[in-house]
Amino acid sequence: MTDIRVFTETGEAQFGDYIALLKPRVMSLVVFTALVGLLVAPVPVNPFIAFTSILFIALGGGASGALNMWWDADIDAKMRRTRNRPVPAGRIEPGEALAVGVALSGIAVVMLGLAANAFAAALLAFTIFFYVVIYSMWLKRLTPQNIVIGGAAGAFPPMIGWAVATGGVSIESLLMFALIFMWTPPHFWSLSLFMNDDYTNAGVPMLPVARGRKVTRAHIMVYTILLVPVALAAGFTSIGGPVYLATSIVLNLGFLLGAWRIWRRDEVMAQADGYAVEKKVFRFSLLYLFLHFGAFLAQAVLRHYGLGGW
Amino acid sequence: MAFKPDHELHKRRFGRNVGLGITLAVFMALVFGLTIAKVATGPQLKAPSASTEITE
Repeated sequence: MTDIRVFTETGEAQFGDYIALLKPRVMSLVVFTALVGLLVAPVPVNPFIAFTSILFIALGGGASGALNMWWDADIDAKMRRTRNRPVPAGRIEPGEALAVGVALSGIAVVMLGLAANAFAAALLAFTIFFYVVIYSMWLKRLTPQNIVIGGAAGAFPPMIGWAVATGGVSIESLLMFALIFMWTPPHFWSLSLFMNDDYTNAGVPMLPVARGRKVTRAHIMVYTILLVPVALAAGFTSIGGPVYLATSIVLNLGFLLGAWRIWRRDEVMAQADGYAVEKKVFRFSLLYLFLHFGAFLAQAVLRHYGLGGW
Repeated sequence: MAFKPDHELHKRRFGRNVGLGITLAVFMALVFGLTIAKVATGPQLKAPSASTEITE
């Protein structure tokens, strides 16, 4: 009887809850960057093989999201932003999230191996391991640099997409990785400046909680400066070209300006305008990444027609 | 023989059961499509011709 009462109180898990377990919004970034990695590679791939490969890369990303929700259910329950996720809300049992995560990880890796190649599958398996074990289980609750390390997990998809086409790694795929890796800290830290209460409640040592907001503002500036050469360097490789470079210069100037404005402000100024600059930089950072990968794609299309490229 | 009426659980889980069914059907279609794509793009297998065997 008790079990039945619990179910009726918390609600039955619907199919949509299992989809939510796979973090579809994160998945959309995985799909986009992996697709760009695959399409800009110099080796053409059969469209159906490309489609299924992207699908299984996305599934692998979703599976790691489910495993993350299983592990982080306790802190998700404390944060306003995450408390309605299926596990902390009680719609899906933690053990069920674990089972779904492990099963989908296995399916995604094996199917990517069959669809593309063993190297791409191994890279996907490593990405899942890195996100779940290294980031979620080990470093997220241990160090204020958690987001720097976590950023690596989100940076692998274009490398996997490239590996689907080429079966290996190259300077181009490493630079696409580095672009997302260096972009993640200023992106998330600008969010954490105005979502700080959530992380404080959950006890996650995000930089503003552990080291203070002033240090966080300085970190955003430093990481944005470090991001610029990485973004520009990609423009001089085989996947770059004048269109990419022009786009990248404009976007990097914008991001640098935003980071500089965040750095120059203090909490009194930020609270006075409701963190307007921080919110604006956060939104710009999303556009920054989307347009950089869009520019890679535009270069590939232009190259196909004998235009652009070096 | 009459079918037993649906248990309340079946009604409650109808949506997710349909979702899972569709997911499995899509997965089957993907595996089938992948097989066709692999066969079409993979290395062409050729049976040894009789004339080659004779000349050897």
